[in-house]
Amino acid sequence: MRVLRKTVTAGLVLGAVTLIAACGGSSSSSSSSSSGGGGGASSSSSSAKSAAPITIGTSLSLSGDFSADGQAFERGYQLWAADQNKAGGLLGHQINLDVLSDSSSPAQVVSNYQKLIGSDKDALVFGPFSSLLTVPAARIAARYGYAFVEGAGGAPSVFGAGLHNVFDVSIPVKNNLVTFAQWVASLPASQRPKTAAYVTVNDPFTQPQLPVAQAILQKAGVKTVLNKVFPEEVTDYTAIAGQVATTHADVVLLGSVDVPTVSAFTHVFIQQHYNPKAFIATAGPDQGAPFVKAVGAGNENGIFVPNGWYGGFKKADSEQMVKEYIAKYGGTASDVNADVAEAYSVGQVLAQAVQATHGFNQSKILSYLKSGVTLNSVQGPVKFDSLGENTAQTTLTFQWQNGNLVQSIPTATAGSTPPLYPKPAWK
Amino acid sequence: MSFTALLQAIVDGVLTGGVYALMAAGLTLIFGVMDIINIAQGVMVILGAYLSYELSVHVGIGLLPGLLITVPLMFGVGVAIEFCFMRRLRDQDRTQMSILVTYAVAIVIEGILTAIFGVDYQQLQASYVNSSVHLLGFYLPDIYLIGFVLAIALLAGLYYMLYRTKFGRAVRSSLQNRTAADLIGIDVNRVRTLSVGIGVAVTAVGGMVFGATNSFNPNTGYDLISRLLAIVILGGMGSIGGAMAAAVFILVINDVVAVAWSPTWAPLVYFVALVIVLSFRPQGLFGRAAVRAQ
Repeated sequence: MRVLRKTVTAGLVLGAVTLIAACGGSSSSSSSSSSGGGGGASSSSSSAKSAAPITIGTSLSLSGDFSADGQAFERGYQLWAADQNKAGGLLGHQINLDVLSDSSSPAQVVSNYQKLIGSDKDALVFGPFSSLLTVPAARIAARYGYAFVEGAGGAPSVFGAGLHNVFDVSIPVKNNLVTFAQWVASLPASQRPKTAAYVTVNDPFTQPQLPVAQAILQKAGVKTVLNKVFPEEVTDYTAIAGQVATTHADVVLLGSVDVPTVSAFTHVFIQQHYNPKAFIATAGPDQGAPFVKAVGAGNENGIFVPNGWYGGFKKADSEQMVKEYIAKYGGTASDVNADVAEAYSVGQVLAQAVQATHGFNQSKILSYLKSGVTLNSVQGPVKFDSLGENTAQTTLTFQWQNGNLVQSIPTATAGSTPPLYPKPAWK
Repeated sequence: MSFTALLQAIVDGVLTGGVYALMAAGLTLIFGVMDIINIAQGVMVILGAYLSYELSVHVGIGLLPGLLITVPLMFGVGVAIEFCFMRRLRDQDRTQMSILVTYAVAIVIEGILTAIFGVDYQQLQASYVNSSVHLLGFYLPDIYLIGFVLAIALLAGLYYMLYRTKFGRAVRSSLQNRTAADLIGIDVNRVRTLSVGIGVAVTAVGGMVFGATNSFNPNTGYDLISRLLAIVILGGMGSIGGAMAAAVFILVINDVVAVAWSPTWAPLVYFVALVIVLSFRPQGLFGRAAVRAQ
């Protein structure tokens, strides 16, 4: 009996270990995305058939605090790799993605890039998710002379780190709230909010954004009634959100990095019967269906989010990507997380650099990306300044309107739908 | 900061404390009975939330009636975990080893949840999740009131079970002296298995309330564990009433500091309060020795 028990226990432990590995919960899972290119590769040139595959390495937050974004990024990278493989690969080489999980940890992301570049000698690397992880990751890439193209490291801390190999294909985050703040400031005095509350998590992505917006609004006469920073380890937002509600601020600017933060504030606002005239969150509302489910269908109506891209973005390659995404993962255009487009853009930009330099030489790729050339991505044009910031795009502000995330501000920009203002009542 | 905001913070702290007491009750019970520090408690909370989610979304059973199913299911999970993992730990290094073993259990559960549900955030929805009662100028959210009442009822039930029933006497006997308990005919293994089952079953209720007040995914549990441990240490490891008192104490301090000063300093202040209390009462507010001797 005792032997039987030991055997059962050993089997359970072995099964558990296997399961963990299969789930990608460990820090060393790897995946390949070459499947999408199998069929398409046969139609490419003869050199494509003979060239050996290349590996592009990346570290993503497949578990931990950034796991929702990390997995959306993985989908974006995989969609791009599949499309590129269908089109014949990179210079005739089919692409394999080598994805390691960093568990949203700055320490693990360092180990992962050391492995990808130092040990595995991957031909190219893509960036991780978040500004927090981009800085330590880019330092490793810089040590090996690699170009570090990324899509989610737009905080000033990234560009101020003294690195010369970082290129962010998305818009710099510091001015994310500017278009929204300018729109509020431009409202007729009778409609303009009188008071504003600013609350943000202490994250390098969110914190730089609020003071910029606050300066614009204060200049327009919008009085600050609350300005608070909370730690990202918070598990209970009741008190902070409740305090915002007690101020009865006309407009709330929330520095958030994920869905749970925005959802928690929303639920407390509803419970406290508080409905601000305008409510914008720096991230969370851009995540489509998971956001709507978290706040409860209908309660998303009127909430703003700044970004450079959304599922309904009118651009041929973007529309094609969204179509492929929906075919593979289901949902609607509004459900496509902006992370997917950011990741896809990383692949596009690096591919253009490889093709222009006719190889995988990192110093040539670095020089090319720094040359001031304008590149294309599903998010729009990409042109890097000396710090690696994308200067070719401007931030847009999107709003949830009747179940769809629509481009809304600047109101004069083509494709914009007039904002719902004041914000509709909670459902 | 207005006086209203401060009072609101105190009210919020008391109500939220009830929710945390629900989540911490299983942790303190399992430690009290088995000297096992269950690092998987946070993930168990999330497992409870997912079970409620499944019943609510895919079977159409409401959150409260669903507890009639999730509580027994979680009891089964607890029994299985005790039988497969905790029972193997030797008495002499049980507490230290339990940290590693339960951490592994947490990773396994997280992996299974990720494989089934993915990492998209979910939140439990019901008519009472967003509604509130207006009382004395304050809006009291119904879901927190429900959580508080459930916490009082369940903790009272656990207390009664431990200190007023034959099974409770068996639990405490086997805790005080396993050999002596064996000699008087108590099946110590059975008592421990049932105790862990009950501890995990209670967590199903905490998981439901947490899932209705917060968005969650399989990774969310790790954010909870440090606060849950602080609660059971402050309350006195193994003390059911202590968990309730400590949860309310910590959450009120947290919320008042967050509102009156800064949310950034709130965790520091309550951890300082924890250190001060433990300096004078190392056994916590309702120390373990006293608990076992009742």
